[in-house]
Parts: sequence; structure tokens; C-alpha cells
Amino acid sequence: MRAHSKDPTLSAPNAAGLALDARRERWIMLGLTAPALSLVTIIMIAPIVWLFSLSLLADDGTFSFEHYRRLLEQPSYRRNFIVTFEISLLTTAIAIALGYPLAYVLAQLPRRAASLCLIAVLLPFWTSLLVRTYAWLVLLQRQGLINKWGIAHGWWSEPLALVHNFSGTLIGTVHIMLPFLILPVYGTMKSIDGSLMNAAANLGASPARAFWSVYFPLSLPGLMAGALIVFILSLGFYVTPAVLGGGKVSMVSNRIANDIEIFFNWGAASALGVVLLTLTLIVVYAAARLLGLSRIAGAGHAP
Amino acid sequence: MRWLSRPASATQVTHGSRLWLYALAAVVLAFLTLPTLVVVPMSFSASQYLEFPPRQWSLRWYESYLGSVAWLQATRTSFAAGALTTLVSTPLALMAAYGLNTLRGRWAAIIYAVLVTPIIVPVILVGIAVFYAYVRLNLVNSLMGIVLAHSILAIPVALMVIASALKSYDMSQELVARSLGAHRLKAFLLITLPQIRFAVITAAVLSFLTSFDEVVVALFVSGGDNSTLTRNMFNALRDQIDPTIATISTIMIVVSSLLLAGAQLFGRPKRP
Repeated sequence: MRAHSKDPTLSAPNAAGLALDARRERWIMLGLTAPALSLVTIIMIAPIVWLFSLSLLADDGTFSFEHYRRLLEQPSYRRNFIVTFEISLLTTAIAIALGYPLAYVLAQLPRRAASLCLIAVLLPFWTSLLVRTYAWLVLLQRQGLINKWGIAHGWWSEPLALVHNFSGTLIGTVHIMLPFLILPVYGTMKSIDGSLMNAAANLGASPARAFWSVYFPLSLPGLMAGALIVFILSLGFYVTPAVLGGGKVSMVSNRIANDIEIFFNWGAASALGVVLLTLTLIVVYAAARLLGLSRIAGAGHAP
Repeated sequence: MRWLSRPASATQVTHGSRLWLYALAAVVLAFLTLPTLVVVPMSFSASQYLEFPPRQWSLRWYESYLGSVAWLQATRTSFAAGALTTLVSTPLALMAAYGLNTLRGRWAAIIYAVLVTPIIVPVILVGIAVFYAYVRLNLVNSLMGIVLAHSILAIPVALMVIASALKSYDMSQELVARSLGAHRLKAFLLITLPQIRFAVITAAVLSFLTSFDEVVVALFVSGGDNSTLTRNMFNALRDQIDPTIATISTIMIVVSSLLLAGAQLFGRPKRP
């Protein structure tokens, strides 16, 4: 590089020209991102800021924290948050319990069989979530298939209440979220060097020991990324609780929609929205600190 | 059954001692795939009530779908919104991905983070924020409103796909073309684009599906003549379960599967 800078062809005016070129290049590249950036800003970010200011206005238009105070005081809001966290945590836990073993088996299958099974994971991933939720309604309702089968086989005599309640919502949510866990875990497992397990075995580790002290820690980044995506998406989930919860499972998102659609209470809805967004961003921030943002952003697609 | 006593991995676990794991994996795979497919045979049922398997087959729910002005109108809206969203978000994401890839550094990271926020922000908040803005911009219940809102949800997905393709692409090829006298745009179109076309096709397909399957924002900003299929379905689900919905669900499953199969065929470079 030093030899270069002494190159007579790179005299001072030339260097200035190059610097100008570099700066122009930067502006052109920034310009290329401008259309997408302004669309996101105008359609989403600016209105959210607008809502945020709305949440700080009392009904008579003066500045106040009234809406936030109500969030703390009214027990019904507290229930919304508790239900939201219960659904999100349980969904994440069940998704790990079901998804991790499946990803583990898939990661060890021969390539052709694995890609066949992966289609079975990807297909629901890309099927409309409303269609999948409808399918669960068909299966779980009182006159639904599961109740009909159960009664026809004499397993139970009265139709079980499987849907329009907490458990129905949980089943549907787990079904929607599972692929978001399986895909990053599978990706991480595929990159684990198989000879490490070989080495562990040769050094005398039992299969369980080798798994827990070699394989599992190596798969942990994928598991963490998947679990965080599932948790974040569950926090803001609306469709499946609205349909399968039957009005009895009111997560924060459902409460926001109700506040707008039924009560036209923009202030309360905005305050709830701001709190939900803040909680989500805290989780995302913690995840980014823990894992790096690109890994989280690259691992999934939101429903 | 000798297979059962063979080692399953480097740690000498036999397949036999891991049968429970295979059984669990099979159950989870079934849980993932089968429930959705239940709606397909149901859409061909002759009965008003939900039966599985149907005792009699018929196309009456397809007839009822094709005879309904509201459902057909909604189908048209959803396809139009999907197509237009693809046309808006794919080029914007491609431009942004190209710019960010050349730019790099701190600013690129910040812009990237802003562009992917629409999929991090809870979608209900996007829905009410967009609705609040549209009331003032007079865009509620308009096709353009749906397309703009769906585009911001599709851009992050398209951006991620194209950005990761550009990351593994050697940009110096384009520089060579330019040093040989090609205009920058020509160099991009002739050298870079053909090599990342698979990612661009995938991004386009995913943009379409993002719009086509989107429910929450559509609930707030679509309506009237411009109701989307998902909005009508969601409202119908809350009222009663009409088997016509099984028909529409089947059509939606077919649309997603065809698009994804297409993306798999044309959207993936052939491996040697």
C-alpha cells in the first residue's frame, strides 16, 4: 500500500478525485436503499410513533400517563399479560420438547430421506396460518373429528371441550410455531462435526454423556435462536388465539383489537401496543446481545 | 430386524435402544402435516356437517364457492394484492440488498435493522398503526393500501433472501464488466442478476405468499369490494364453520404448494 501511495500516477488531485468517487458511490448506494426505507418509514414507523404520542394523551387531549396507569390498575389488563406470557412460555417449552428430537433425527438421516422429511416441515411453514387454524377448529370442536372418533371408539362419552379455551389455543399455537424452532435447530445440527461424537465415544463417554457434554452444547446456538423466535412471535400472536380461543383466551394482541373494534379506544390500544412492542424489543435486544442479530433475523419468517 | 441391533451413531447406541426417539419424531412429523390435510377431503364432502371421511362425495362446496360473488371478489383481490405486492417489494428489496451489500459498515447494519423491523414488530401493532394512518390518507379499503402495507411485510423476507445470495456472490465480476466499458446498470443486469436470479425468484414467491396469506393487517385495512380472501375467511370462522371454507382452504393449500414447488424447481441452483 505504501508503495502505491508513492506512485506518481496517484498524485494529490487524483486522490481527491478518488475520494470524491468513493463518496458519490456511498450516496448512490444509500439512494438505492431509499425507496424501501421511506416506504417502511411512512407506512409503519411514522404511524407507530403517532400511536405512541396518542397513548400519552388523556381523553380530553391533555398530556397524561392515564392509559398506562390503567394498564397497571385494571386486573383485566394484568390477566391479558399473564395469559400472553403463559401461552408464549408453554408454546416455547412444548416446541422445544417436540422439535428438538425431530431435528435430531432429521439431522442424522441420509440426505435424500432428510430432504423428504424437511418438506413435511416446510409445507406447513408455508401453508396459510389461517387454513391451519381452521383445520384445528375442524378437528377439535365439540362436533369435531377428534370428539367423534373418541366417542365412537368409546374412549369418552361426552364431547370434550378441546377448543375455544386455553388448551385449544395452545395446541394451535404450538402447531404454527414448531417449524420456526425445527429449522434453525436442524441447521445448527447439520454443521456439527460428526467426528466429535466419535472422539467422545473413543474416550469412553457413554452415549448419554457424549450427547449431553458434546452434542447438546454445540446445538445450543440453534436451539436458543429457534426458542427466541418462537417466544417473540407468540408474544404478538393474534389469529390463532382469536379463532381457537373463542373469546375466552385474550392475549394482549386480542385485547388491542377489541379495544379498537368494539370500544374505539385508541388511547388504551396504543398504550397496550407500546408495552407489547417494548417487551418484544427487550427480548430481541437480549437475544441480539446473546446470539448476534443476523442469526435471529436470518432464521425465520413471520406468520 | 438385525437393523435394530446395529449401532445408530458413533456412540454405539443401537437403533433398537433409540426406537422411542424415532417414534417421537414420526409422531411430530404427523402432527405437523396431517391436521392441515384434513380439510382437503372435507371440501369434497356432500354433507352440510363436518364428516371425516365424508360418507358421500360431491363438488357442491366448490359450486357454492364459484357461485358466490363475495368469495370470488375476495379471491380476485387477494391475487391482485399478492401480485402487486410482489412487483413492489421484490425490486425494492433487490435495490436495498444491492446497496447494503456494497455499502457495508455501521450504516448498512442500521438500515438493514430498520428494514427488517416490520417482521419483529407485533403484527397487530402494524395493523392498527397502518389503519390509523390510512384513515387520514384515505387509503382504507383500497387495493393500493393493502399493497403498500403488505409490501412492508414482504420487503424483510425478500431482503433476507437476496442479501444472503449477494453475500456469497463475488462482486468483482461486476467490476470486471464495468472496467471493460459496460455501464453499471448493464453490468448488473447482465452479470450479477443472472447469478442471483434464484434468490430473486424465491424472494418474489415468498413476497406473494406473504401477502396472499396475511390476515391481521388485511383485517384492518381491507374491506368492502377490496376484502381479501383471508379477511373474509377469518370473519366467517368466527361466525360459523361453513364447509365452503374447507374449499377455499384447499385452494389456498394448492396455491402455496404450487408456488413452493415452482420455487424449488426454478428457485434453486442445481447442485452438481
